[in-house]
Amino acid sequence: MASVRHSLPGADDIHRVELPNGIVLLARANFNSPSVVISAYLHAGGLLDPDEKLGLADFVSSALMRGTQRRDFQKLYDELESVGASFGYNSGTHYAGFGGRSLVEDLPLLLDVMADTLQNPTFPVDQVEKLRAQMLTGLAIRAQDTSDMASLTFDELLYAGHPYSRSDEGWPETVQAITLDDLEEFHRRYYGPRGMVISIVGAVEPEKAVGEVERVLGGWQNEAQEDAPALPEFNPPTKTIQRHHAIAGKSQSDIVMGSHGPKRSDQEYMPASLGNNILGQFGLMGRIGDVVREQSGLAYYAYSHLSAGVGPGAWYVNAGVNPANLEKATELIKQELKRYVDEGITAEELADSQANFVGRLPLSLESNGGVAGSLLNIERFDLGLDYYRQYPDLVNAVTVEDVLETARTYIDPERLVIATAGP
Amino acid sequence: MTEEIIQITLSNGMKVLLKEIHTAPLVSSWVWYRVGSRDEVNGRTGISHWVEHMQFKGTPEFPASVLDKAISREGGMWNAMTYLDWTTYFETMPADKIDLGLRLEADRMVNSAFDEQEVGSERMVVISEREGNENEPQFQLGEAVQGAAVRVHAYHHEVIGDMADLHSMTRDDLYEHYRTYYIPNNSIMAVAGDFDTDQMLERIKELFEPIPAGAEPARLARPEPEQKGELRLSVEGPGETTYVQACYRFPNASHADFFPLAVLDSLLAGPSNLNMFGGGISNKTSRLYRALVEKELAVSVSGGAQATIDPFLYSINMTIHPQRKPEDALSALDNEIKRIQDEQVNEDEILRAIKQARAIFAYGSENITNQAFWMGYAEMFADYNWFLSYLDNLAAVTPADVQRVAQQYLLPKSRVVGTYVPNGGEA
Repeated sequence: MASVRHSLPGADDIHRVELPNGIVLLARANFNSPSVVISAYLHAGGLLDPDEKLGLADFVSSALMRGTQRRDFQKLYDELESVGASFGYNSGTHYAGFGGRSLVEDLPLLLDVMADTLQNPTFPVDQVEKLRAQMLTGLAIRAQDTSDMASLTFDELLYAGHPYSRSDEGWPETVQAITLDDLEEFHRRYYGPRGMVISIVGAVEPEKAVGEVERVLGGWQNEAQEDAPALPEFNPPTKTIQRHHAIAGKSQSDIVMGSHGPKRSDQEYMPASLGNNILGQFGLMGRIGDVVREQSGLAYYAYSHLSAGVGPGAWYVNAGVNPANLEKATELIKQELKRYVDEGITAEELADSQANFVGRLPLSLESNGGVAGSLLNIERFDLGLDYYRQYPDLVNAVTVEDVLETARTYIDPERLVIATAGP
Repeated sequence: MTEEIIQITLSNGMKVLLKEIHTAPLVSSWVWYRVGSRDEVNGRTGISHWVEHMQFKGTPEFPASVLDKAISREGGMWNAMTYLDWTTYFETMPADKIDLGLRLEADRMVNSAFDEQEVGSERMVVISEREGNENEPQFQLGEAVQGAAVRVHAYHHEVIGDMADLHSMTRDDLYEHYRTYYIPNNSIMAVAGDFDTDQMLERIKELFEPIPAGAEPARLARPEPEQKGELRLSVEGPGETTYVQACYRFPNASHADFFPLAVLDSLLAGPSNLNMFGGGISNKTSRLYRALVEKELAVSVSGGAQATIDPFLYSINMTIHPQRKPEDALSALDNEIKRIQDEQVNEDEILRAIKQARAIFAYGSENITNQAFWMGYAEMFADYNWFLSYLDNLAAVTPADVQRVAQQYLLPKSRVVGTYVPNGGEA
């Protein structure tokens, strides 16, 4: 049988290089399929948007694929799609992400498109306006989505006064306010080699892959590149806050309720993550799924999620219920959260989730995309190249007491944020 | 993804397909049943999907709470899907743990309890699932168009079923459906991954061969009559966004025209993602994208057909630009269809479609679950050879074939056009 350990990335098979201009490259080979994936990020997320121009970072990231000095929009996509390749950008709160995939024979094209769109975008006005119309339609569709609107409301309440309370996609009026100059200026100030991390995984020797990236991006300099500002302090809510966002004519309402959570780099991340698994993931969505779906039949989906990144995290339960059951479901979830922090978890529950975390690693790292994502994770949170090999020990070191203590640090049933959306 | 596989039929009629892949310490095991919404009469719509839900409610040997925990504890992933023609269950597990998946599938092929109380609570869960679907304008529109495009055949209704039937079906209805279709001679097992074929086959025989064959299920035979003219409909609901869906009659997957139509679809609406797990590619250079999105009549367009046992539908979906009218987008669609009917496509365009399909298959071969999926899936409407020869069949398509199928299938008289008309914020 193929060995589990050998299948996980580690220091002996991840090739990591830091280029003089600041770009960090990570590569790992996988010759099982004739394909290759690029996955990357840089510090150019929505955090950098002015309040009145929310959506700017998102707009810039999408506009990069709309034309460069060498290729117009149709030429860019024609080259990619003609060979079954894809490449694109997206934007989150802290980072803009980019990447793509192709047959390995077309990797040079993928790299060329990456280098071209990063460095030479032209933001053609007609394309920018088409993109704006698409973004505005996306926002109109979002306004009708009970799950999206409950999540946005949750962030507004939980992170009140903190930039995490804002929408990375913006709002119709802020997207309307963004000008061509704004796009160009944002690109000039925040797109550059410093802080950029690129991973390449697939049917190519790592040294060769790294050399290829260096060839196309090693000479890039941007002296105007600015660093992202530090995050302000976050103060969690001191009492329960509840808000309903009305959307008429819907047959289902969404609930997003919970509290803040640890940062990815906090020691509490692993106990919180295991605890979250017990609370609302393990098996058919953990304790929450058991109570809300299996026992009460109140929802098709009911689970908990731990969102842990650079700054203060969020720890919440999401469920979609009939509008008539909104209160009943909210109360059930509240009781379950209370039971979780009052009584903690059993040794058996912890052992189950530990086995789950360790056992599922090979599956999550099977595809090129999965490995490329894990390499970015290693770099972003400074986990060490052997992180996934040490992972079983890190998981198994967590105790029942650690989980309980972490739960009590973050979840207080008397201080919950409860956001709902629906009729 | 072109290696040979082992195919064997057990003494009880269950077909087994095995493929060793030693790239990762994983095994993916799938059991497919030939039952889906095509087997449902009015009053029982949605029953196949609901039965699939009940298959997670436990047996005497594996009660519900034991079942899900056991799979998760071993680091496995499992799920099930119900569709027009089939229902399937899979487990992807660390290679040394797959026996659990095999045992549980053999067990729930015959021993599921269908406890009355569990049926009651699952009724509410399925209703909730449908309510979630109803929140989406495109579900509302798709259901209306499908219902109008298919009047006689059981492909008429959505897989999830009609609300009326979800309220009225009983435990005994569900159990009867289960006993009728969940028999070895109506199922296929497909396993791919890091195992030894002889050992795997021996274990499968040990677990599944004792299950007796059942009576071959009777099938509904209600072929859809020819459509005699274009149908138009509208659905009204909340929101600000207008959607248009145009559905054309499409042949079954084993029909020779399926491949020229796949090329046609690729040129018109971009290549369909052929993987259940693993990515597809973008669609920004297809003829419809250029004619609709680049011309700012729509903000998105997609198209596609499903591989089905009986003839079904090819659907083109457009999200209309906020400043434009749906009829403008529709007339641009008609122009593009006329162009592909009047002018032969270039040979290069066909080569492009083949290369795209080759890339998409390569992405799919990165994971074992997707490889196992294809083995069983192809058997549901053709056989595994359909998958193996897919690229060759695309390569055999000529520009004249594409023109012929465009002229034959993309006719206004055999289509339904539906529009979702938003009424602003009002209910």
